[in-house]
Amino acid sequence: MSEVKTQPADSVVAQPAENRVAWPLGIAGVVLLIAGSFLSWSYDRKILGDLSIIGNPGGLQRLTIIGAVLSLVLLLAVKGPLTSKIGPWLDAALGLRAFGAGLTLYMVLILVAIGTESDGLINVDPGAYISLAGAILLLVSSRLLPLRQLNDLSKARVAGWAEILAIAVTMAAILFGAAYALGLTDAWSFIVCLVFFATVVTVMFRTGTLSWFGHVAQRHKKVLTLAAFVVAFFFPFTQNGSDANMSIATQVLIFAATAMGLNIVVGLAGLLDLGYIAFLGSGAYVAAMLSESAFATINWHPPFPIVVLLGACTAATLGLIIGSPTLRVSGDYLAIVTLGFGEIFRLTMFNLDGTNGPLLTNGPNGIPGIPELQIGGFNFGDPHTIAGIELGRFSNYYFLLLLLIGFVILVFSRLNDSRIGRGWVAIREDEKAAEAMGVNVFGLKILAFAIGAFLAGLAGTIKAHQDVAVSPDQYIFLESAFLLAAIVLGGMGTIAGVLLGATILKLLPEKLRFFSEYRLLMFGLLLVLMMRFRPEGLVASRRRQLEFHEEDEELAVAIESELVEEAR
Amino acid sequence: MTITEAAANPARAIGQPVLEASGVTMRFGGLLAVSDVNLTVREGEIVGLIGPNGAGKTTFFNCLTGLYKPTSGQVRFAGAPLAPKPRAVVRAGMARTFQNIRLFANMTALENVMVGRYCRTSSGAITSILRGPKFRREEAATRARAQELLEFVGLGRSAEHLARNMPYGDQRRLEIARALATDPKLILLDEPTAGMNPQETKQASDLIFKIRDSGLSVVVIEHDMRFIFNLCDRVLCLVRGEALIEGTPGEVQSDPRVIEAYIGTGEDDDEDVDVTEARVQDTTVADEEGKA
Repeated sequence: MSEVKTQPADSVVAQPAENRVAWPLGIAGVVLLIAGSFLSWSYDRKILGDLSIIGNPGGLQRLTIIGAVLSLVLLLAVKGPLTSKIGPWLDAALGLRAFGAGLTLYMVLILVAIGTESDGLINVDPGAYISLAGAILLLVSSRLLPLRQLNDLSKARVAGWAEILAIAVTMAAILFGAAYALGLTDAWSFIVCLVFFATVVTVMFRTGTLSWFGHVAQRHKKVLTLAAFVVAFFFPFTQNGSDANMSIATQVLIFAATAMGLNIVVGLAGLLDLGYIAFLGSGAYVAAMLSESAFATINWHPPFPIVVLLGACTAATLGLIIGSPTLRVSGDYLAIVTLGFGEIFRLTMFNLDGTNGPLLTNGPNGIPGIPELQIGGFNFGDPHTIAGIELGRFSNYYFLLLLLIGFVILVFSRLNDSRIGRGWVAIREDEKAAEAMGVNVFGLKILAFAIGAFLAGLAGTIKAHQDVAVSPDQYIFLESAFLLAAIVLGGMGTIAGVLLGATILKLLPEKLRFFSEYRLLMFGLLLVLMMRFRPEGLVASRRRQLEFHEEDEELAVAIESELVEEAR
Repeated sequence: MTITEAAANPARAIGQPVLEASGVTMRFGGLLAVSDVNLTVREGEIVGLIGPNGAGKTTFFNCLTGLYKPTSGQVRFAGAPLAPKPRAVVRAGMARTFQNIRLFANMTALENVMVGRYCRTSSGAITSILRGPKFRREEAATRARAQELLEFVGLGRSAEHLARNMPYGDQRRLEIARALATDPKLILLDEPTAGMNPQETKQASDLIFKIRDSGLSVVVIEHDMRFIFNLCDRVLCLVRGEALIEGTPGEVQSDPRVIEAYIGTGEDDDEDVDVTEARVQDTTVADEEGKA
């Protein structure tokens, strides 16, 4: 990014003759994109939703229009009424390039989808070709537009209410985008939709809007958190009682809550734990054994709040037991020991079946038939109707999990910003120096381990009820690896990043089921690419960015100036 | 010696012994890095530790601060024996800096010093999550004390700067501030002026006097002889792990063996000093009394 931005400095000095056709070409592209979207794209009505009605754009066509309108805004920022106001701030030309490329890819994919899903390209209607032509024109035009020297968007100051409005609009867009994407049933639509979202995010990144939004989010942390929870809260109301998506959403939340717990261990304390899923499993098994399931092995059925505490404390105790000898070793050794522990847990659950050991877990059969959660008089299996919208079983669990994840985030962020959190950073930075300064290195490590385990155990007790059954094969090493991948992908030590990573890793496989055979291959590739190009994750914490770029003086100076500014 | 020193510096009273190390020996396999070294540091005293490279000065420091467990010998601090564990050492009141600066590079100056406060604060996990008034009071106090210490060492304006971006001299001072944050009675400085120009060295010695005047004892390892003889009340010279001589700067400066140890005599190196014989019997009367 910075490399690209240094180029316009030269071009400003040289002032190259601005290409006269570029801008009109872009406008023509936008017009074609919109006009095409109002026409029919496909002769076949069953493909990609219904894109065949003239004058009434279908979902994907509406996305195209949104893209075109946003491109128009960028074009007007280059030349036109918006030039003076936002022109000097937005990197419009780069944004248009991203839009041009993204929308072209988007239209090509739509053509391919129509071509492969029906009998060849014969089924593509002219509207699609017109929009494709528009996208290509936009791409060409953006390549001709000159890059310019810009003001630093992160220094842009907008009125406080406008910043909060920006947060609200973004959050609403995320809510509707998520609801729309989840509503797509066929894989092609979903992929095309993902391309669109990726394009928009790229544009935001290229124009600098994304980093500006990052600064706004920094300034209004509380508003952002609140807005995120409001959006998450309203999500079930957009689903019209559809259980399919809510089931996925609860899976995502469980996964995200567990990943956040692991984030304390990995992201804050810097300990590599490859057996974390065992703590989730121990919580789930405790809840299952104490539940009123006919297969439960312990004839004591305390109320759920007590079960939660027991499950969490069991997991934390396991964490202490496994941690106290192993946390004296570090790095790779710890990873191997925890990996072993994860397997030991699974095999133990597998063998406590009455023949190989005491009857506790029913061995490979697990404990099925766990009844719905009952807290007070509220049964989580019953559907409810609020404001005319039916909220089913999964919505109930969804709300409970939302509370859980809120709690986990609270624990995470408060620990991070405390004496304990500073101790963890110091240990990550230089363990010997931290020790010499009186930091209780071993104590802090084991504390991270125990808290992480506690939170996973907590999540496990809910998971047992939500899944209705527990069995050893739910708690395999692969799950631990996925949790870790979510953290690495999203951004170690961050909240937003890990939530994002968890959502991506859990949501995509659910929506792209035809893809499932290549799932591991894809994630492997993704992680390799991440490590190569952005080791600090999609959403980077400052500290991690610094740690991963020890040599980058520029970055360090930039982050320092942010810190100084914030302190003021 | 106590008497002569008190006479030499009538303004300052040298008080009770803070650190009493006796017979400290550190052996790494066949290498005797530190051999039977005694050192007593009293309240309000600045003691210098000199010696050629590889004489075992830093190893001796590591033995004192618990980074190494000495093979034999005892370290007593403020009258009580000291366990060779870094945390116990810091809690007892002995803090140190490192020869090769070991700051937390990706933390700000203020955060670095706040980490130093760790051992004097007590907010645990639950307190931190609940954020009660006790937590907020302690955080505010930690922050205020850290800022105060930054100002004490002259870095008040750099609080939000990343340690890794700071100039070399500032990093040295930041390390001292971080050590001071542990509320030590004695601070051990390992080559605090290495790589500094004369002006920075002057500032460093001013800072060390300032630390001493605030009631701390200081032990300094240094190669810069002018710096050390100007600064210290007493100097201990180590050669090949053994104490060669201990005395006032004047005594050490004029001792031919010290000069020999540093420059050599031109003869075979192994014969230039017979260390065992030349070793000063015992340095302080108090030390012997303490042992008895």
